[in-house]
Amino acid sequence: MKEKLVVIGNGMAGMRTVEELLKIAPDKYDITVFGAEPYGNYNRIMLSPVLTGEKTIEEIMINDLNWYKDNNITLHAGTDKKVVKIDRRNRIVFAEDGTEESYTRLLLATGSNPFIIPLPGHELNGVIAFRDIADVDLMLDAAKNKTHAVVIGGGLLGLEAANGLMLQGMDVTIIHNLDVLMNRQLDGPSAKLLQAELESRGLKFKMSANTTKITSDDEGNVAGIAFDDGVELKANIVVMAVGIRPNIDLAKSVGIHCERGIVVNDTLQTFDPRVYAIGECIQHRGELFGLVAPIWDQAKVCSNHLAGYGIANYRSVATATKLKVTGCDLFSAGDFEGDNDTDDIVFQDPKRGVYKKIVIRDDKIIGTVLYGDTIDGSWYFSMMKDGVNIKDIRNTLLFGQVHLGDSGHGEANAAANLPDDAEVCGCNGVCKGDIVKAINEENLYTLEEVRAVTKASASCGSCTGLVEQILVSTAGGDYNPTETEKPLCACTTSSHDNVRDAITDQKLKSFPEVSEYLEFTKTEGCHVCRPAINYYLLAAWPGEYEDDMRSRFTNERMHANIQKDNTYTVVPRMLGGMTTPEDLRVIADTADKYEVPMVKVTGGQRIDLVGVSKDNLIPMWKDLTDAGMVSGHAYGKSLRTVKTCIGSQFCRFGTQDSTGLGVRIEEMTWASWTPAKFKIAVSGCPRNCAEATIKDFGVVAVDSGWELYVAGNGGMKVRVSDFLVKVTTDDEAMEYVGAFMQMYREKGHHNERTAPWIERVGLTYIKQEIVDDADKRKAFYDRFIESQKYAQVDPWKKRVEGFDKQSFIPLAEV
Amino acid sequence: MSQTIEIGKLTDIPKLGSRVVKTSQGDIAIFRTAEDEVFAMHDKCPHKQGALSQGIVHNKTVTCPLHNWVIGLDDGEAKGHDKGCVKTFEAKLEGDNVILVLDK
Repeated sequence: MKEKLVVIGNGMAGMRTVEELLKIAPDKYDITVFGAEPYGNYNRIMLSPVLTGEKTIEEIMINDLNWYKDNNITLHAGTDKKVVKIDRRNRIVFAEDGTEESYTRLLLATGSNPFIIPLPGHELNGVIAFRDIADVDLMLDAAKNKTHAVVIGGGLLGLEAANGLMLQGMDVTIIHNLDVLMNRQLDGPSAKLLQAELESRGLKFKMSANTTKITSDDEGNVAGIAFDDGVELKANIVVMAVGIRPNIDLAKSVGIHCERGIVVNDTLQTFDPRVYAIGECIQHRGELFGLVAPIWDQAKVCSNHLAGYGIANYRSVATATKLKVTGCDLFSAGDFEGDNDTDDIVFQDPKRGVYKKIVIRDDKIIGTVLYGDTIDGSWYFSMMKDGVNIKDIRNTLLFGQVHLGDSGHGEANAAANLPDDAEVCGCNGVCKGDIVKAINEENLYTLEEVRAVTKASASCGSCTGLVEQILVSTAGGDYNPTETEKPLCACTTSSHDNVRDAITDQKLKSFPEVSEYLEFTKTEGCHVCRPAINYYLLAAWPGEYEDDMRSRFTNERMHANIQKDNTYTVVPRMLGGMTTPEDLRVIADTADKYEVPMVKVTGGQRIDLVGVSKDNLIPMWKDLTDAGMVSGHAYGKSLRTVKTCIGSQFCRFGTQDSTGLGVRIEEMTWASWTPAKFKIAVSGCPRNCAEATIKDFGVVAVDSGWELYVAGNGGMKVRVSDFLVKVTTDDEAMEYVGAFMQMYREKGHHNERTAPWIERVGLTYIKQEIVDDADKRKAFYDRFIESQKYAQVDPWKKRVEGFDKQSFIPLAEV
Repeated sequence: MSQTIEIGKLTDIPKLGSRVVKTSQGDIAIFRTAEDEVFAMHDKCPHKQGALSQGIVHNKTVTCPLHNWVIGLDDGEAKGHDKGCVKTFEAKLEGDNVILVLDK
C-alpha cells in the first residue's frame, strides 16, 4: 500500500514541494491537498501585475485543476475546506465541513496572514489586505466606481498595490511611518530617488505619518483616514500592507512547537517528526521567510526527505529583492546599511536617477543597493554569496562587470528597458520578447528552465547575465543561485565543487562510482556531466584513471573539430607558431593528396585543413606524423596554442627572445587537459604584438624580464588580463605557467574559461596561492609536470598505430 | 517487404557508443546502450543533420555533436523542448549477432 501524504495549504510552497516530490518519487505517496482558496495553485508574486492589468488570473496559474487530476492528487479546495483540527495520535486531519483524511506524513504549508494594524476602524468595509485573488478582486472593483485609495505601508507590497491602484485610475496616497520608503531594502538616498520617480508618476506620499483612526460613512464603509497632526485624507478603500505574520494558529492549537513561526529543523521537520512544514509559516534557526528563493530551496530539501532519500540539509542563504513596478529598477541584497567596521562605495547621479552603493567589510561585499542601473546586481550578489575578495578590483567595482566588450548584442544591457524585438542571444537568435513570453506562458523560474525552453544563453553563455536580468524583471522571482551552488546538470543536485570534493575525498575513480556516491538520478549521466566528470577524474588521478572515450565530445574523440557538414578540421601543432619550409611542403602535399577544400591560417598561428571526411583522418595523420608532426589539439579543452611575436632574435624593438620562451612553454604544456580551452601568448616587448593580454596566460617582455598576465579573453567577452607578477628569468616564467595552469586545472569548473573563473574566485585568491606562497607555487608546478608525464602522448600517432580503429570505419556496408 | 541483415557482432560496437552502417538509404547509426540493447536510426539529427553516431550516448538517448539536441534511441524523437524526429529502424540481437531490419 502507498503511504499517504497530506498537504495543508495549496500555495506556492506546498505545491512546489509536491512537484519536486513527484519528480524524484512519483509513486511513493497518495497525495491529498487542502486549500482555503477555491482555485488551483497560482503564483502569488504575480498578483501585482494582475492588479495593474498587465496580466490576467489565468496567466498566473501555475497548476490548474487538471494538473491535480493528472497527477492523482486529491484536492479539497474552498473556504469550507479549511483544516481546523489535526489528530496527531491517530494521524487524521479534519476540515471545517467534516472532511477527514489520514496521513503517514503531513506537510504544513499554511503560509502567512497579512498583518492588520488594530486601528480604530480597521474592521470597516473597504479595509483590506493585499494577499490573495479575493483582495485583488476587491481592489479592481473599488477602482471601477470609487476615486480615492490609501495604502498603509511603504514597503515592497504597499508600493506595488499603490502603483496598481493608480494605474486603475484611482487617486492614491501612500502612508509610511518612517521617512524612508522600502526601508528593509533601501537606504535614504535610493529611497528618495524612488519616491521622486513614483511622485512623478502621480502617487502621493505622507511620510513619517502616525495614523490615529479610519473614519466611516453612515453605512459602515471607509470614508477617510486621520492622523495625529490633524490632517484627514479621503479614502474609499484602505489597503493595509504593513507586513505578514506566519500562519501558525492550526499548528499551535494542536501542540506543535511554535515561536514566531512553526519551528523546524534543517530537514524541515517540526517537533513532531511526521509533520513537516515549509514556507512563510516556518521559523528556521530563528529566521522567518517571505521571498520565493529560500522557499524553493526548502521545497527541494523537504521533498528529498519526504521521498526517503534523507540526504539534503536546508541552510538559508542571502536573498536579493527587486520591486515589480515597471520601469523602477532597483536591486537590494544583504546588509546595505553597514556599521563602524564597514566601508561604503557610493555612486550618485540624481539627474540620471542612478544610485549605487556597495557595503564592504574585510574586502568582501556584504550588501548592495542599486537604483536606476541594476545590471550588475546579480554580479555583486554572487560575489557576496561566494565571499569573493574584491581588494584588487575595488577601484573599478562600482562601474560593474564591464559588459562593453560583449560580442553578439552590441551595447544593449539594461534588461528592463530593452524592446521586445531586441536580440538577446546572438548564438540562437532569441529576442527579449521570446524569453518574456516563455517565462510567462510556461511559468519558468530558473535560468536552466529558460535555457531549456528558449535556448537563450544555452550556447556561448555570454548573454547569461542579461537573460538572468530578464528573468528577474519578468518573473519577479529572485531565484539566482550562484555558480558555486548550481547543480552540475539535471542529473544531480551536486555542484561542480561538490563533485570534485567527493572525487578527491572519497577516492572515487570512475563515473559509476561518482554517480552512485552522489545519487545521480540518471545512472549514465548526460552530455553535460559525463565529460565534466571524465575531466575531473583525469585531473584528480593522473596516470591512474583511464580516459573514457565514450564520455568525450566527438572533437576530443576524433582529435579534430567537427564542422556543420560532419567533416572535420585537421590542425598540426607548430610550437610557438614556428614552422619550416619542409613542414609547409608536407602540409601542402597532404592538402593536395586528400583534396582539402579549405586551407586557412588560424588566430593562434596554426594552419587549419578544413573539410576532411572522417574516412581520410587516419591516412592524413599518418602522412603528417611520418613527417614528424603531432596533433595540434585545436579541438580540445586543453592547451591550444602558444602564440608569439618575432622577438629579440630579429625584431629591432624586441627586448627578449619571445619565440624561444614560447616554444619552451609549448613543449611543457602541449597535450595538457584543462577545464576549458587554454591559450597562451608571449610578446617580445611591451608593443605586445602577440596580443598576450587577451590570453588565458600572457607573457610580455620588458627590458628587465617578463611581465606575467592571467585570465584574458578575446572571444565572446573581451577581457583584458590581470597583471599577476613580474619575473626576471625564463625559468621563473615557466614555473608560473605550470603553477597557474595546474591551479586552474584543479579549481576551475568544467567548461569555465579562466576569465569567468577568476571573476568567480577573485584575483587575490590566485595571488595568495601562487605568488605569495613559493612552496605552494612549486607544488602546483610539480603536480602539473607529473600529470604531463601521462598526458603528452600524440593521439594521432596512437590512432595511426591502430588504437580504437573501429570508430573510423563503418560496421558494415549493405 | 523488409530485409533482415546481419551486420556484425555486439562487441564490434563499444558500450555507450555507436557504429555506422552504410546503406542505399543512407548512413544508419547503430547504438549500443549500457544494458547491451541495440537501436538503429538514420545518422542525421532532425535539426541540422549532425552525425548522431558521433554523439554521447546516455540512458537510451544520444546527444547530437552539433547543437546538443537529445534524441531518444527507441523512438527517434527529440527530447525536452526541441521538436523533431529521426527515422528509426528495427535492430535486434540474435545471440551475439546484431540484426538490422530494413524496409524494402
